[in-house]
Amino acid sequence: MKIKFALSAAGLMSLAALPAHAQIEIHWWHSMIAVNNEWVNDLARDFNASQTEYKVVPTFKGSYDESMPAAVAAFRAGTAPHILQVYEVGTATMMASKGVAVPVGQVMKSAGIGFDPSVYIPAVASYYTAPNGQMISLPFNSSTTVFYYNKDAFKAAGLDPNKAPATWPEVALAAAKLKASGHKCAYTTAWQGWTQLESFSAWHNIEYASHRNGLGGMDARLQVNSPLHLRHIENLANMAKQGLFIYKGRGNVPEASFVSGECAMITTSSGFLGNVRKNARFGHGVAPLPYYPDVPGAPQNTVIGGASLWVISGKKQAEYKGVAEFFKYISNPEVQAASHKRTGYLPVTTVAYELTEKSGFYKDNPGSEVAVTQMVRKVTDKSRGIRLGNYPQIRTIEDEELEQVWSGKKRPKEALDAIVQRGNELLEKFERVNKR
Amino acid sequence: MEKRVVFRSRWLPWTLLAPQIAIILVFFFWPAAQALLQSLQQSDAFGTSVDWVGLDNFRALLADPQYLASFQVTSVFSILVAGIGISVSLMLAVFADRIVRGTAVYRTLLIWPYAVAPAVAGVLWLFLFAPSIGIVSYGLHAIGFDWNHLLDSDHAMALIVIAAVWKQVSYNFLFFVAGLQSIPKSLIEAAAIDGAGPWRRFWTIQFPLLSPTTFFLLVINVVYAFFETFAIVDASTQGGPSRDTAILVYKVYYDGFKAMDLGGSAAQSVVLMVIVVMLTVLQFRFVEKKVNY
Repeated sequence: MKIKFALSAAGLMSLAALPAHAQIEIHWWHSMIAVNNEWVNDLARDFNASQTEYKVVPTFKGSYDESMPAAVAAFRAGTAPHILQVYEVGTATMMASKGVAVPVGQVMKSAGIGFDPSVYIPAVASYYTAPNGQMISLPFNSSTTVFYYNKDAFKAAGLDPNKAPATWPEVALAAAKLKASGHKCAYTTAWQGWTQLESFSAWHNIEYASHRNGLGGMDARLQVNSPLHLRHIENLANMAKQGLFIYKGRGNVPEASFVSGECAMITTSSGFLGNVRKNARFGHGVAPLPYYPDVPGAPQNTVIGGASLWVISGKKQAEYKGVAEFFKYISNPEVQAASHKRTGYLPVTTVAYELTEKSGFYKDNPGSEVAVTQMVRKVTDKSRGIRLGNYPQIRTIEDEELEQVWSGKKRPKEALDAIVQRGNELLEKFERVNKR
Repeated sequence: MEKRVVFRSRWLPWTLLAPQIAIILVFFFWPAAQALLQSLQQSDAFGTSVDWVGLDNFRALLADPQYLASFQVTSVFSILVAGIGISVSLMLAVFADRIVRGTAVYRTLLIWPYAVAPAVAGVLWLFLFAPSIGIVSYGLHAIGFDWNHLLDSDHAMALIVIAAVWKQVSYNFLFFVAGLQSIPKSLIEAAAIDGAGPWRRFWTIQFPLLSPTTFFLLVINVVYAFFETFAIVDASTQGGPSRDTAILVYKVYYDGFKAMDLGGSAAQSVVLMVIVVMLTVLQFRFVEKKVNY
């Protein structure tokens, strides 16, 4: 009797929980942690509250290099999500895997929703556009590389805290002063491949790889052993020898040494700003990436990092309609401007940028406009972006070879030549596997 | 005369063996066969196009100087892990065997690390040795030793060896303690009466009688160093600096799961499989002859 009652009560409750008609669930796998995880959940919640037909379910699937293999395994097993967030270095792999993703323009069109790729910031849009001109994935969270410095440490070293070093020679001078004032780690860098080779190339308007850095096709090959690249790595190697540049590890690991106050200057992602604002116990400044003043055309613009949203194939038409509605919602300029202010990621459309500027946000939050102004520029064929196959492995090769430079085991020339040679082997392999 | 129980039935022994055979087939032979198949294929990340490439993956491996270099790294790592792991735990077990009070507490504490996952062990030691913030590296710095596993290969190797040994010591310890307990006390007492000191008693009685255990642990530890340590490397050094701690199994993991090159990764695991089979056979052929059962 009791059991019967409990059962029927449970039945009633589950009925009550269901809306008038069954909602269509849209699964979204992402890699956002901490404050950015809250942001993703809020986006889904607000969209779900705005209509009754669809329910977006965001799921955290580990870091970028974990969520993509997870999606690969799920795809092979037929249980892939509808929407997958993929980091920029995975873009070439996603594009080359035929039949895995549905181009975002097509998803929008078949849902009867207008989609205009030209509203996106050029450097962002062109990155996610296939050689045939079709936009493949939806730009979501984009970042770029900037320069951070510790104003308190600058003051203590007798440097002007309101004037960041703009060029690499100035960085070396500031580092020497910081070291003389007793600072153990004057300068460090996170994402060494991204900041010192990729962004460095675009910033100085030279090629990182041939064929428009891989945007032109899969037969691109690395060009990072050029005289200018060599000059820069030699300069950093010298700084390392003098103890002005201290190597603090791969990926974003070195960021902790800036927040803790140990390192006074760092080059890393613009997405790091939120962390600095929240956790740094000192005055901090954000500045554009340093450059070499005698290089014609420098500074140009920096390349994007971050991720975009991919629609996975093999789902029902009604579900794709829901995906399109959700994309329409997050592409709304107000939603985008709010996301930009909240996360420090770049505004991905020009309208969102203008909205943010009008609201006076950049005046109130000095530093947040640096990344934007570095990106919102007219791009050249050499600075549009870098899209290469087997890119995650190329980044690892860059880590491995540069570490040997910083420890003094290899000369900069040998290391850069090795990056080109080993990287090109991977590019050739990618071309071979995907061209068939 | 030897006493043997013989099954009269034809099907009963097979039925009794069936669960074990099923487990071996499903969890060992099937994955191994899969690896063998995949090592002959090349496919894109999502497996939308799969091509049979024959021995191309193996040829590419043998032509890769990085891959050949990681053999050397792996042998240094395995010798250190097996050597240090076995000697440290043997020492601890001999001590544990001799103490009278608090044996249970001492043993329990030594067994704890076994319950720690390899990745956690890696992170734990990474924190302790983190340049400039780790407590051990801070202490080392205070006595004038500049610890930096980010750029110094020897330091990085020391770090992963320590983490891998620490994790395996408990397992070895358990077996050594059991082995020591099974040595008849009368033998040791007789030697003591004849005037042999603890050192002498250990080398002439305990160590030779422990040899089956030591041999078993040697096989197990080599397999452990070869196969089960990738999480430690991934969590602490990620194969760096350069590739100086990129042991073979870490490269299998990296290429397969991070770089999504299943063909290349499968070829490497086949190579690894062959190496371990060969090592085990060698150990049984040559080392086992010195074992007294």
